[in-house]
Amino acid sequence: MSKHMTNILVPLISILLGLIVGAIVMSLSGFSPIDGYIALWNGVFGDSYNLGETIRQITPYIFAGLAVAFAFRTGLFNIGVEGQLIVGWLAAAYVGYAFDLPKIIHIPLALLAAAVAGGLWAFVPGLLKAKLQVHEVIVTIMMNYIALHVVNASIATLSDGAEKTEKIHESASLRSPFLESITDYSRLHWGIIVAIIAVFVMWFLLEKTTRGFELKAVGFNQDASEYAGMNVGKNIILAMVISGIFAGLGGAMEALGTFGNISKLTGFTGIGFDGIAVALLGANQPFGVLLGAILFGSLKNGGLNMPNEAGIPMEIVSIVTALIIFFVASGYIIRVTLERLSKKKKEEK
Amino acid sequence: MDYVIEMLGIRKQFGDFVANDNITLQLKKGEIHALLGENGAGKSTLMNVLFGLYQPEAGTIKVHGKEVKISDPNKANDFGIGMVHQHFMLVENFTVTENIILGNEPTKMGLVNIRDAAKKVQALSEKYGLNVDANAKIEDISVGMQQRVEILKTLYRGADILIFDEPTASLTPQEITELMQIMKRLIDEGKSIILITHKLKEIMEVSDRVTIIRKGKGIGTVVTADTNPDQLAEMMVGRQVVFKTEKQQAHPTDIVLNIENLTVADNRGIDKVKRLNLTVRAGEIVGIAGIDGNGQSELVEAITGLRKVKQGTVTLKGKNITGLKPRKIMESGIGHIPQDRHKHGLVLDFPIGHNIVLQTYYQKPISKAGIIDYKKVNEIAKRIITEFDVRTPNEMTLARSLSGGNQQKAIIGREIDRDPDLLIAALPTRGLDVGAIEFIHKRLIEQRDKGKAVLLISFELDEVMNVSDRIAVIHDGSIIDIVKPSETNEQELGLLMAGQSLHHDQKKVGDE
Repeated sequence: MSKHMTNILVPLISILLGLIVGAIVMSLSGFSPIDGYIALWNGVFGDSYNLGETIRQITPYIFAGLAVAFAFRTGLFNIGVEGQLIVGWLAAAYVGYAFDLPKIIHIPLALLAAAVAGGLWAFVPGLLKAKLQVHEVIVTIMMNYIALHVVNASIATLSDGAEKTEKIHESASLRSPFLESITDYSRLHWGIIVAIIAVFVMWFLLEKTTRGFELKAVGFNQDASEYAGMNVGKNIILAMVISGIFAGLGGAMEALGTFGNISKLTGFTGIGFDGIAVALLGANQPFGVLLGAILFGSLKNGGLNMPNEAGIPMEIVSIVTALIIFFVASGYIIRVTLERLSKKKKEEK
Repeated sequence: MDYVIEMLGIRKQFGDFVANDNITLQLKKGEIHALLGENGAGKSTLMNVLFGLYQPEAGTIKVHGKEVKISDPNKANDFGIGMVHQHFMLVENFTVTENIILGNEPTKMGLVNIRDAAKKVQALSEKYGLNVDANAKIEDISVGMQQRVEILKTLYRGADILIFDEPTASLTPQEITELMQIMKRLIDEGKSIILITHKLKEIMEVSDRVTIIRKGKGIGTVVTADTNPDQLAEMMVGRQVVFKTEKQQAHPTDIVLNIENLTVADNRGIDKVKRLNLTVRAGEIVGIAGIDGNGQSELVEAITGLRKVKQGTVTLKGKNITGLKPRKIMESGIGHIPQDRHKHGLVLDFPIGHNIVLQTYYQKPISKAGIIDYKKVNEIAKRIITEFDVRTPNEMTLARSLSGGNQQKAIIGREIDRDPDLLIAALPTRGLDVGAIEFIHKRLIEQRDKGKAVLLISFELDEVMNVSDRIAVIHDGSIIDIVKPSETNEQELGLLMAGQSLHHDQKKVGDE
């Protein structure tokens, strides 16, 4: 079997296997898998509203995935994307309502605020790792909790004890009457364009720039990088900050696009953690992350339609979507099996 | 015929690549039979076939004259074949005995019977003069002793035929001598040995016969006593090999590197380099001879800025470079072939081309306005790959997938191409075969002849003697003597390396 064929076959077989096992789960629970999958399909592509909502859902996943993938590519495990994302969300929301500026300045300023907030939140674990060799996983997990409670406390302070901040001004909004009108009044906003630009930025940064060369080298081998004259500590901090910037921008998408404000969070949004899976599905490649985010966003949004249209409880829906993701992620197993099979065939010949 | 093992016409293929093509090896009872070949010639494949890890496509294996099929390593054990691996397979925090019985634990009422096993191990150790403490933990014993544990492991399992895979690769000269004696002892006790190696000196010293393979093909078997290193090298490489690299008299000129009173501590804070003084002039190669662990690594790291200098100064062409950042030191004109090419020399997961620009990626013409011109990178990489004969499919191949020799050639190419005034070569030929060694020595001498200074650090006496113009002997962090290769010999160097000052001894003799 040619390598090219395997590359196409593996994801297809993975998704198919996921669907089959998901169907078994639905059947065993007494629901029709066919109705279930039709509902899933409709939830993703069924009409322009659902399509718009799906694309909206994909947007923050792209940022979260890029954040995790960037860290992985530079030798770091940023499990704190969640926290960086929610501080970015708050920062963008605040700038969105606290200032009155022309749109051309206001949107970039709000995005910048989110980037700075996310970057700062990641700077702390980066600094601790570079200077004191504290493992970034521990620090970023703790920073998530700090972010959650700091953000909730800030919302209370900023809104005089209310549950959510004011709505952002029109001049800071990424929402667009045009996008809403073509998608039957979904919440689709221009954020998807920003996200796709971010995909290219990550690719350019890693594959074209001098800094990217250094960041990757340090990620792979700190000793050799030091030998080659690179400043290892500086690169670790920078890698973490850039990862945090992607995460913070993901939060800005929710503030400036989907919700227009930030409400008190009862728990983590989960987007940051899903970002780990998105990054791994995408093999930590920027364009792979885009595909991973599309899969995640589609299943998430399509899944919402399954209780309505097919009467399948949300719990079963979660199991089914998780199974599909599980099989895609275990593409490695399928790849190995395929190779074994083709090898055996050769030997029989 | 009293062959204990016969491998006849063995062929092993991986995809389209033929690793072993019609190779025959016959081991007599009670002999040390060397299996000689360059890195990648197919020695390990052949032995893995014998050990049951690979199944051959053609050929037969006979044990004690009977044709057998060795389907897995357990089968090989049953036939009395044991392998002493190059990379030890030991659990660090287990004792010697625990490691030996691992996977085959003797039990008494469901509990591991460690005491009897330890007794048996101790007895075996004494019988073969291995001098191993059965109750010592692996992490507490030396590399040489760990290897003897591996030998014990095979003996404990009843092996009569021992395969040694590159056994001297990580040993000190003393440990090598000890190993040779152990091998002879094993033969006296009725064992037979296959010795896989590419070191000719060892073959000449211990083996009875040699089978040579080259690029997967059997070249032939010769009796060691009837051959010589030159002939063996030629059979192995396929052309004549020059051992003693030809070189003219050195013409040293200005001082390039001047080290004064240098003290450097290791990671634990213990002084490893102690008030060391050394100069290297342009147009000469200074070799640092010494036993591993006498401060060589710390010295090199201090010169190149990778380790803090506690005291003293390092001057390069009259400029004080003590305590500068590694990049600044490099830019002032130092090239460094690091001791550990996997740890420091290469980013193994980078393409070899990226590795070739590992120190120059930020400079013009490779990088402009923060953007790397990868076309230029590939151009430079291709040139160095050709100039230094790095055998790789192309410049985008990952460094990890090249052989050690080719990785080293790429590093040397990279360092020499930067045209440094001082080239530091730390163990530049470690683990390489004669062909690659010859190449590297030539390049070092070429640098010298171009009027550059070269500092060579080596544990191999041959190398120091052949390549250097002056030999500085390091012991316990200080240079205890500087000698000329033409005025010394291995015995004298050996004594110096062990810390005995010659002048002192002579004086003493005179006094009495």
